[in-house]
Amino acid sequence: MKPESESAGVPAVELKGITKRFPGVVANRDVNLRVMPGTVHAVVGENGAGKSTLMKTLYGMHKPDEGTITLNGEQVVLHNPSDAIARGVGMVHQHFMLADNLTVLENIVLGAEPKRWGGFGLNRAAARTRIREIGKQYGLEVDPDVLVENLGVGDRQRVEIIKVLYRGARVLVLDEPTAVLVPQEVDALFEALQVLKAQGLSIIFISHKLDEVRSVADDITVIRRGTTVATADPKTVSSRQLAELMVGSELPSPQTSESTVTDRPVLEMKHVELVKDGRHLLRDVTLTIHAGEVLGLAGVEGNGQAELVESIMGMRTVDGGTITLAAENITTWTTRRRREAGIGYIPEDRHRHGLILDAPLWENRVLGHQTRHPNTSGPLVNRAGARADTERIVGEYDVRTPSIDVLASSLSGGNQQKLIVGREMSGNPKLLIAAHPTRGVDVGAQAAIWDLLRNARAEGLAVLLISADLDELIGLSDSLTVILRGELVAQVDPSTVTPEQLGSAMTGAGEAA
Amino acid sequence: MNKLNADTARRIGLSVAAPVLAVALSVVITSIVLASAGNDPVETFTQMIEYAQEPRTTTLIINAAVTYYFAALAVAFGFRMNLFNIGVDGQYRLAALLAAAVGGAVELPKVLHVGLILLVAVIVGGLWAAVAGLLKVYRGISEVITTIMLNSITTALIAYLLTADKLAVQVEGSNNIGTPEIPASGRVGGIDLVPDSKLQVYGLIVLAAIVGFLYWFVIERSRFGFDLRATGRNEEAAVASGVNVKRMVLISMAISGGIAGLVGMPQLLGASYTYSLDFPAGIGFTGIAIALLGRNTAIGVAIGALLFGFLDTSSQILDLEGVPKEIVLITQGVIVLSVVIAYELVRRYRIVAQQREVGRQLSSAAGSEDSKPQGAQA
Repeated sequence: MKPESESAGVPAVELKGITKRFPGVVANRDVNLRVMPGTVHAVVGENGAGKSTLMKTLYGMHKPDEGTITLNGEQVVLHNPSDAIARGVGMVHQHFMLADNLTVLENIVLGAEPKRWGGFGLNRAAARTRIREIGKQYGLEVDPDVLVENLGVGDRQRVEIIKVLYRGARVLVLDEPTAVLVPQEVDALFEALQVLKAQGLSIIFISHKLDEVRSVADDITVIRRGTTVATADPKTVSSRQLAELMVGSELPSPQTSESTVTDRPVLEMKHVELVKDGRHLLRDVTLTIHAGEVLGLAGVEGNGQAELVESIMGMRTVDGGTITLAAENITTWTTRRRREAGIGYIPEDRHRHGLILDAPLWENRVLGHQTRHPNTSGPLVNRAGARADTERIVGEYDVRTPSIDVLASSLSGGNQQKLIVGREMSGNPKLLIAAHPTRGVDVGAQAAIWDLLRNARAEGLAVLLISADLDELIGLSDSLTVILRGELVAQVDPSTVTPEQLGSAMTGAGEAA
Repeated sequence: MNKLNADTARRIGLSVAAPVLAVALSVVITSIVLASAGNDPVETFTQMIEYAQEPRTTTLIINAAVTYYFAALAVAFGFRMNLFNIGVDGQYRLAALLAAAVGGAVELPKVLHVGLILLVAVIVGGLWAAVAGLLKVYRGISEVITTIMLNSITTALIAYLLTADKLAVQVEGSNNIGTPEIPASGRVGGIDLVPDSKLQVYGLIVLAAIVGFLYWFVIERSRFGFDLRATGRNEEAAVASGVNVKRMVLISMAISGGIAGLVGMPQLLGASYTYSLDFPAGIGFTGIAIALLGRNTAIGVAIGALLFGFLDTSSQILDLEGVPKEIVLITQGVIVLSVVIAYELVRRYRIVAQQREVGRQLSSAAGSEDSKPQGAQA
């Protein structure tokens, strides 16, 4: 822990007592952050801890309900990103905001074009000179005249950074910048950051990759459940200590009690292959989930988990192998038929796949169960039945809502998720696919959802659990499988494996168990 | 419970607020345009309203609205699923031509004859729209592009088919050519709906009411309608819920086209009995505006159709009074724009208000629960 007096001078950024509320949740509460000029300041925290909300506040995308923002000693009110840019704050988003069909130069100047001919012409020469200057000064070389669609991910990120520097940014916010990069590109990025730092710029680096944070940052601020809980010195703190700070100690642990696994297979996948454009998204996937068993699927995101789930759901057609549900071959069934046969699905992205946000809760109850009692009778929607059953779910699953007629978008993430869990547990499912079931939900809802999964398992449900939270995976699973580049590469015993071992198995670095 | 009633009252108030706001806004803007052109707005509107109350005009307004209603429902059906059927215009013209040709070629008992003509129109409209659906499903081509192109193709196709050696005959005593007249057994008589009017309201107004009811029933009450609305609001969630979106696109496109096929029927079976060169065109585009105005609901679209019928028909008086009747085009355009804007404003206001409400209720509830130990029940 670093005493505050150590940092002399005026901080480039100082956030004091920032509180930001959204409907049903407090996204940020009393957040304090001090970033000195010429430093890389890491902000670490779990998914949903409130990092992005905080950065949006700093970038003027919304106004905090309480608290102050001070830039270079001057207290400011940021109404929109233009205000932030004018005051030298620049943001590089996790998902690049570039137009593929424009050149690098055009992308960089977009919205801040050097004009000529009385404002009607684009002064490319001036822009080109400026871009080359920036390139030399900061060691960020990129050909201004190449089309962005021809650039790789690392170069695109460089363009994003140049874009921000071009607008005169002195404070750079990088939101999970390494999430999309391969290791070599990460090294290049870190070198660039060192140059920027040496020139006196401040960099706010948002990440949850602790090793990277420790290697690149000068200071670390930890955010947990919406508030800053600690600052740490990367030279002395260990990744383990950081992780503890991030997670906190009072977190309920996702332990399961005694095993309920039976020898009755519910889902069997045999040699399933999924090929797209000559690339194997899934290769020879074979797995069995029994009644009463939670099978955890561990893996770095993007290694075929989503494709595996969509294959089971019938949203993708597999190119080989068979999928069997309770001894019936469902390989060629439609999604609806599979759902009717007893597959429940808690999707990874509930807003995209799980809910109709601008429909009331009771209509969302019907979603995915359009053909089943009590939502429909024959070809008609049974409104009374669906509404009554929504009331039941709201009660049983503790969905905090004033009424079942409010739009799904009005609920907080945790309550939306509880509604989805309740819905998917309706109609006696045999198999439940739970993809990141506690992502972005608050701690109370997380514990509730864990309880629900445990109960489901005790009632003989087969559960496929996918999660980025390794403690959750290890704690809830009866057996664990590691997926890497579309292949199931290792089986580990959740009762003996540590998160560290599992982590290295996921990256293919070492053998676990 | 009282609270809920207050909420309901407010919700109804808000949903009425939007269209009232929109119409008021367009009256204001039209007035400004009228005044700046040197015409008295109050005088102009008074004339239009008085003219509309003449029995003959009232009948014409209703008849125009019947036709518009089919067109707007066809468009609205697609809109509910995020499908933009811009091709209603082509679909109804082709449907009317072929239905007229079939109707003029056969002699059947009354019910069968009319039924056959309507069936041909629905099938032709549906199949023609399904072309766009197929291209979207199997080739990923936007239905906006294909339906617009199909409109042009329709024009060419009709020009080819409506010739003396194909489907058409010379209309007696004129240079016009059209399909052979549909015999009496295939015509639908009018209804004396408006007292003191020499004109009759199209008999097919009954069909319009039936189609309107079916539209509401299918979309709001049936499983198919649920799937359709789910697809329109969040296609990916619909896929995950088991909706076969490709099938839905094809079916919805065909149904939309089928309704479009009926657009020309009131005119064909109730007035002209032949598809000739001067058969009304362009109604499909009016339908788009009315669907927007009526927010894709059966009732809203009916009101929109009557409003457009009123504006189109009553504007005829304006020329006589020295006011350019094109002023109603401005009114119509402004109405559609202000409706879209007003609804969006009201929608956003409602979402924000509701989120605030939910947040407030829950945070006051959470205050008492936070102190309790962690206890989630299942």
